[in-house]
Amino acid sequence: MSLTTAHSVVAPTATSKRIAGTIVVVYALISMVPLLWIFATSFKTPPDSIAYPPKILFQPSVEGYCNLFTTRTRQTPDYINSLGPATTFCDETTRKRNMVIAGPSNFLPRFVNSLIIAFGSTFCAVFLGTLAAYGFSRFKVPLADDLLFFILSTRMMPPIAVAIPIYLMYRELGLSDTALGMILLYTAVNVSLAVWLLKGFIDEIPREYEEAAMIDGYTRLQAFWKTVLPQATTGIAATAIFCLIFAWNEYAFAALLTSGTAQTAPPFIPAIIGEGGQDWPAVAAGTTIFLVPILVFTILLRKQLLRGITFGAVRK
Amino acid sequence: MAEVHINGVTKSFGERAAVSNLDLHIADGEFVVLLGPTGAGKTTTLRLIAGLEKPETGKIHIGGRDATDLEPAARDTAFVFQQYSLYPHLSVFDNLAFPLRSPARRFSEDAVRRRVGDVAKMVRIDHKLSSRATKLSGGEMQRVAIGRALVRKPAIYLMDEPLSSLDAKLRADLRLELKRIQAELGATMLYVTHDQIEAMTMADRIGILTDGVLVQIGTPKTIYTEPANLHVAARLGQPAINLLPTGLLPDADAPTGTKTIGARTEHLTIEKAVNGHADGTVDWVEHLGDQNHLHVTVGSKKLVTLTDPDTDLAKGDRIMIRYRAPLFFDAAGDRIANR
Repeated sequence: MSLTTAHSVVAPTATSKRIAGTIVVVYALISMVPLLWIFATSFKTPPDSIAYPPKILFQPSVEGYCNLFTTRTRQTPDYINSLGPATTFCDETTRKRNMVIAGPSNFLPRFVNSLIIAFGSTFCAVFLGTLAAYGFSRFKVPLADDLLFFILSTRMMPPIAVAIPIYLMYRELGLSDTALGMILLYTAVNVSLAVWLLKGFIDEIPREYEEAAMIDGYTRLQAFWKTVLPQATTGIAATAIFCLIFAWNEYAFAALLTSGTAQTAPPFIPAIIGEGGQDWPAVAAGTTIFLVPILVFTILLRKQLLRGITFGAVRK
Repeated sequence: MAEVHINGVTKSFGERAAVSNLDLHIADGEFVVLLGPTGAGKTTTLRLIAGLEKPETGKIHIGGRDATDLEPAARDTAFVFQQYSLYPHLSVFDNLAFPLRSPARRFSEDAVRRRVGDVAKMVRIDHKLSSRATKLSGGEMQRVAIGRALVRKPAIYLMDEPLSSLDAKLRADLRLELKRIQAELGATMLYVTHDQIEAMTMADRIGILTDGVLVQIGTPKTIYTEPANLHVAARLGQPAINLLPTGLLPDADAPTGTKTIGARTEHLTIEKAVNGHADGTVDWVEHLGDQNHLHVTVGSKKLVTLTDPDTDLAKGDRIMIRYRAPLFFDAAGDRIANR
């Protein structure tokens, strides 16, 4: 088509493409500024991090990462000198500030909590959501429309409105500050999204496939497994990303319901206290590391995600 | 292979009866074609036999066994759908092997490979076995779909307009192939279509379905020459049968009670009018190459018939038309049998 000299009415011209491209790049750069800021801060020293005007160029340091993973105690110079030579880079940095490393911080266990709770609840929500969506899509469910609306309506309520009742329920049930409790809670929130998204995807898969399989000697469950699931992978991946992002970033319930063993990273990171207040490089380092899993997951599934977001926009 | 008996089966969707009180007996090894327009209940009939729909009343026997309440998997039927027939995530080989790998059947991988190879040759797709199902042309896809039914040896093959999405040339080729395969296997087959040529060329018997009712069933010849009523007569023949009121032309000994005379091409004699008497006028002549459609006005009626490609009739010619053993229908539309 590009070989002809005739102008297409619908194809964008070179100029409009260039303008659109520029807008996208500028917007992307503006959106990236906070991320770059956090990334830069994570490599600053604590004094540099609060310098005014902010330092654009600075001597990079991993002190923030050292502080993120350790707890430290202040000691006298005499005591520090009496110790042997510093064994690690973090040791050395800490001693320069008249401190010694007392032990590992809680960041790693909190990060692991986040991984378990986010991925666990995502798996449960997608699993339940797929089965429920299949049921709504294929069977005559009495009051299906009302049920679907009810499921969706759970998403309309601000979470904080039910925070107190849930807190009390969880205390009664012994689910406060447990990974199981958080997985159940995030599953409950996400399953409504999962049902709605997946129903759209499954509706698009012609039922002839399962019918053919059932005539060929498969039970409905086997037919579902062999024919529907492989074709729903795109939708399942897109749904999983949305669920994971929610569970991974959730702050309010995590702050309210977890304090110790089951605490996730979001309430932990802002609470990192250093000498004389917030330890901003450590907070930035925690945030930077916190971004990695979701980034990896999203990049791995980006094709599905793109198709998932634009799904239903164009009828085949 | 086995015989299939459908007795008094009714199935409605909401208020509308898709199939009402259907009786259909298909003999072992018989090729029955159900012919009817969209919404006549053809597909529903197939789905009822396959077990994808449950009838409200009536019984379905497959191979002498009451299958009315059996699950689809337990009925031993094979179904070729009109479209969406192949699993897009599987290769051609895996598509063909899919029915053989079902938990209900336990075939060794060796046996599966052998059977798939045989069938692939039969439907002439053996050169594409490793292709993805989505990479095939329409004709190839439909061949694989038919092949997937053929890998099994079910009691009955159910085919739902398997050729309707193909272009004319492919349809003609596959029509012949399908008939050849059916004869080779001695397969019992119920085939649904709205294409009268498919019905005429392939069927041992044709069933005419209208609004969920089986109006007539018989050999293609019977259905064509002895249609039960106006509706059946109108389903077959190209160009469609001309339905004319009595009295329009000399009535050719119409039996008493005749209201409508049905005249196909072979029921009409057309000559150029001589010495002043004419019945009608040629409207125009449609040239189709091997034959011509002749459009004629008689009084207030128009009729269409075939003529030779080298006819000397032309637009505006006044002509004389006579019936030649046409079909007679009474006021209710039923055919009055020739004496």
